[in-house]
Amino acid sequence: MNIIVCIKQVPDTTEVRINPETNTLVREGVESIINPFDLYAIEEGVRLKEKYGGSVTVISMGPPQVENALREAISLGVDEAIHLCDRAFAGADTWATSYALARGIEKRKDYDIIICGKQAIDGDTAQVGPGIAIRLDVPQIMYVKKIEEIADGIIRAQRMTEEGYDIIEGDLPVVISVVKEINEPRLPSLKGKMKAKKAEIITWSAADIEADEQLIGLNGSPTQVVKIFSPPAREGGEIFQGEPEEMVEQLAQALERQKII
Amino acid sequence: MSIQVITEKCVGCSICVKSCPYGAIEMVDKLAVIDHDACTLCGACVEPCKFDAIILRREHHGTDDLSSYAGVWVCAEQKKGKIQSVTYELLGAGRLLADDREVELSAILIGNNIESEAGDLFSRGADKVYLVESESLADFLDEPYSRIVSRLIREYKPEIVLTGATSIGRSLIPRVAAEINTGLTADCTGLSIDEDRGLLLQTRPAFGGNIMATIVCEDYRPQMATVRHKVMKEAIPDPERSGELIRVAVNPDELLSRTRFLETVDELEYAVNITEADIIVSGGRGMKGPENYAILQELAGLLDGAVGASRAAVDADWIPYSHQVGQTGKTVQPKVYIACGISGAIQHLVGMQSSEIIIAINKDPEAPIFSVATYGMVGDLFEIVPALIKRLKSRQK
Repeated sequence: MNIIVCIKQVPDTTEVRINPETNTLVREGVESIINPFDLYAIEEGVRLKEKYGGSVTVISMGPPQVENALREAISLGVDEAIHLCDRAFAGADTWATSYALARGIEKRKDYDIIICGKQAIDGDTAQVGPGIAIRLDVPQIMYVKKIEEIADGIIRAQRMTEEGYDIIEGDLPVVISVVKEINEPRLPSLKGKMKAKKAEIITWSAADIEADEQLIGLNGSPTQVVKIFSPPAREGGEIFQGEPEEMVEQLAQALERQKII
Repeated sequence: MSIQVITEKCVGCSICVKSCPYGAIEMVDKLAVIDHDACTLCGACVEPCKFDAIILRREHHGTDDLSSYAGVWVCAEQKKGKIQSVTYELLGAGRLLADDREVELSAILIGNNIESEAGDLFSRGADKVYLVESESLADFLDEPYSRIVSRLIREYKPEIVLTGATSIGRSLIPRVAAEINTGLTADCTGLSIDEDRGLLLQTRPAFGGNIMATIVCEDYRPQMATVRHKVMKEAIPDPERSGELIRVAVNPDELLSRTRFLETVDELEYAVNITEADIIVSGGRGMKGPENYAILQELAGLLDGAVGASRAAVDADWIPYSHQVGQTGKTVQPKVYIACGISGAIQHLVGMQSSEIIIAINKDPEAPIFSVATYGMVGDLFEIVPALIKRLKSRQK
């Protein structure tokens, strides 16, 4: 089984802040990491390979430093890494990103399952997976919490919903996105780290994947950001003092005043 | 595709330097200079420049004949034949946008034997309902649903399409956007119409809620957005209101699906969905063990609320993942969030910091949860929570 895992390198968003004086993103000291949800996608890909045989290819679009994320993926058990790297990809929204990734996957050929993380933690959009599926004209199962079985060209999986999950069956090839519940990602092995160091990363430009220049990067992005700002600051809180009963009384009165209870 | 500073127009005011999220602009000899390696072409510097000195050029066609698109649509969400409450929020938001644009508000309703639900959509503000019914459409499936929505959009050309940012909406609508070649903004918490150009201004949190971004889709139609649940006000039903029901025929090809729905399993232990709840009582590491969740359940029961949890509690297997609030769990925005024994790691805060009222109970006065709390109580939750339960019970008598 040929497995493709799509990953994104993201800033560790818990560190991202707007500097109130300059109104710019504070980027110093913000580390770049593999999007946490994509670690579950990588792990699931490696587990499928271990169970069904085949190979795992990881693919990512982004600037030169994305190579670090791809090497980390190799240390986690991935066989091959593809880096879509070209100045022309810059400024891409989810539309243009899914187009480029789909072109890259088409060039790679022979895929049975494409795995994405549920969403990236910088944008939280969850839009790239479905975008890839429609461009490759394959079905999709989003928010998968468990792959029950893959047999005879058919996958049966649990799709997470607000209330629980649906059991969905789909024909291969298929695009799935995975949630955190699906597995427990392993740590890189020593052997994996050695392999990652030496591995050759396949780098493809926009021309290599025969991308239409009108459809990638900024050109291919229908949406644009017109403003960024800090969310309104929370009002200063009130800390109640005293014995538990006294604090609870103050809280209850505050909630009653606001007709919450 | 390029970004350029028109040096004749630049007066060196350095507003663009402040507007750049990536620190890619600096002033050199009183002129703005863009570092093209650091610039991501996000365009955040273009609007702030009062002198039109920064030009971001895109070479794309956009949608032909933009002016032929009119009307606001919402995609109604149904499960087991019942309209989901997020739909009423979409109708509430959609009605305001439609009135602003002086256009009609329509809803697409897809399912099986679901015509009886259309009246609900009219009473909550829809002028038209496009009703699509088939046995094969009873449960949500990505391919047929997205095919039908795409076809209807092509046929009727709405200018704005809103969908709930739910697991169904976020699976369905990105397919549609890619299919019909238009932009889509995920998980919006604010929607309004730009006065000058009539564009839909879509505001959403980014970077885990640490930053807000306003996004437009200027050259493509429709302008599409998913809308975060529990943020917009529900449309109030007016039983007198009615509208036009349009039955849409489906052809067999549209119903083809390479995925099949086998069954649905409900597994919420306390039978309340945390993304639906107005009040959430959440427990973290300070709960010490699964057996202690009973007091949170009792408190939540008294308040008609749901029980949530921090990642620490879920990772310790005290409570299932479906209850987890935070970066790798669910983002919630209830009226009241009661955090019990949760220290408030940033990964947790990004999942609940937009709640209207936050009540923190923690024994550590330095816990970061207090920095976002509306009301804080420093002490032992095993004394405070029972006291609160007692107080609420005495009130009910």
